[in-house]
Amino acid sequence: MSDTRPDDIKAMSFERALEELEQIVQRLESGEVELEQSIAIYERGAALRKHCETRLKDAELKVEKIVFGPDGRPQAEPADLDTPG
Amino acid sequence: MATATNAPEFTVSELARALKKTVEDSYGHVRVRGELGRVTVAKSGHVYLDLKDEQAVIDGVVWKGMAAQLAFRPEEGLEVIAEGRLSTFPGRSKYQIIIDRMEPAGAGALMALLEERKKKLAAEGLFDPERKRALPFLPRTIGVITSPTGAVIRDILHRLEDRFPVHVLLWPVLVQGDRAAAQIVEAIQGFNSLPDNGPLHRPDVLIVARGGGSIEDLWCFNEESVVRAAAGSDIPLISAVGHETDTTLIDFASDRRAPTPTGAAEIAVPVRRELIERVDLAGSRLSGALRRSVDRKRSDLGALVRAMPRAENLLFDKRQRHDFVSQRFDTALKTGVERKRGRLETLAAGLRPAALQRDINQARRRMTEVSRRLQPAYGRQLRQHTREVASLGARLDSLSYKNVLARGFALVRDEAGGVVRAGSSLGEGQALMLTFADDATRRAVIWDDPARPSAAPAAKPRKKAAKKPPPEQGNLF
Repeated sequence: MSDTRPDDIKAMSFERALEELEQIVQRLESGEVELEQSIAIYERGAALRKHCETRLKDAELKVEKIVFGPDGRPQAEPADLDTPG
Repeated sequence: MATATNAPEFTVSELARALKKTVEDSYGHVRVRGELGRVTVAKSGHVYLDLKDEQAVIDGVVWKGMAAQLAFRPEEGLEVIAEGRLSTFPGRSKYQIIIDRMEPAGAGALMALLEERKKKLAAEGLFDPERKRALPFLPRTIGVITSPTGAVIRDILHRLEDRFPVHVLLWPVLVQGDRAAAQIVEAIQGFNSLPDNGPLHRPDVLIVARGGGSIEDLWCFNEESVVRAAAGSDIPLISAVGHETDTTLIDFASDRRAPTPTGAAEIAVPVRRELIERVDLAGSRLSGALRRSVDRKRSDLGALVRAMPRAENLLFDKRQRHDFVSQRFDTALKTGVERKRGRLETLAAGLRPAALQRDINQARRRMTEVSRRLQPAYGRQLRQHTREVASLGARLDSLSYKNVLARGFALVRDEAGGVVRAGSSLGEGQALMLTFADDATRRAVIWDDPARPSAAPAAKPRKKAAKKPPPEQGNLF
């Protein structure tokens, strides 16, 4: 499925997207939205939901360690820590 | 001169070596309590310091290797207990204590120092609540500043894994000892100076962490440079140093204080599972709400459709009204045309030629009548005007100078036509024009010379004189 999220949602933080999604749900549940508008709102809600889910699905623990290159600049390398599990 | 001559003679070197041996043998291990005076960290990394009390001073040195292991940074004014051995440096024969271990003289001394520093930094506003920044709700990258070994980083990673796995950038530092503070400062500033779009993702939040320990162990987190770096961090910073009961100055300067490193991970990220549930719930409510909304609208529509009157019924009324109106329209049109036609006929009757001829004849008769009356009136008026003109002419004549001429006078004028009133100025030979009552004008010339007495006075061309000669006299000229 191609990504149909509007650009403003793509740039949105998870927190704001989740808040707006919940506001949309409340508005729709209130039943006070006109039919055409309610479809537009639903579509936006679905895009927000997808945005949130993508962000949640992407979650992965990746641990890197700062080391200093020959130029003295910090760079990252995979950390070889004796992490449990 | 010297009297005792049996005493052995030393060279300076021999004495210096002997002293060194004596000092080292006698004071191979001492424990001394004193206040730190001047403290110098040499480029080599060795630390030179003075140990003193009210009356005495002893030089001290901490070799580089030992200095790194000190639990606190030696500072002037701090009371310490130092352990080590005494030695001398033969080159100068000065003795000094070579310190193997050193610790603050009781926690009280450090606490006093801590309190004093805390007051000073608080007065600068470094701990003000309005300096605190909000932590991001869901950071993508967390910068962790701690030791790469030990339980702390493991605890943090473990709890992050449980709650919400993210990208962790570990900046390894010493968290104890002389060099710890500088490394921690470098790490905080280093994370802050990462560019937003560089190869290294700039963290959204920082965690500065260390496990529990004595106040000396945690001392680097009380260092002024560390506190200032934490306060100056643009990236929100969570401090997690020691156990819940340990409080270091970095905790006052950080944006959030976590009781433990594990606690820092909990503060840094929300619980993913809960978020998934929240999003799922919102998602299903969203679909349900739309479905219900559409269902409700559909049933509303159905109700409206049922309640809608039949089209014929809606039109019946209008159609009847239309019929009625169109009937009236025909009638009204007919009536209107009839009325206009009647008026036209009335007007056309008035336009008959006989009537017109009658009006013309009437006007002509009236004109004839008026012109008949006009002629006598005109004659009467003309005669009256003639009489008036004659009368005025007679009055005019009675006022004319010609009447004077009729009584025998003549009008004398010079050749330019000007009336001559005086005769004395006229010279001989001057031409004159004389006008008489019969309008005849004759010319005359003055020929008398006033000097000649024989001149005839009657010829004087004066009006008064011209009155006397008979009218025929003029003809004599």
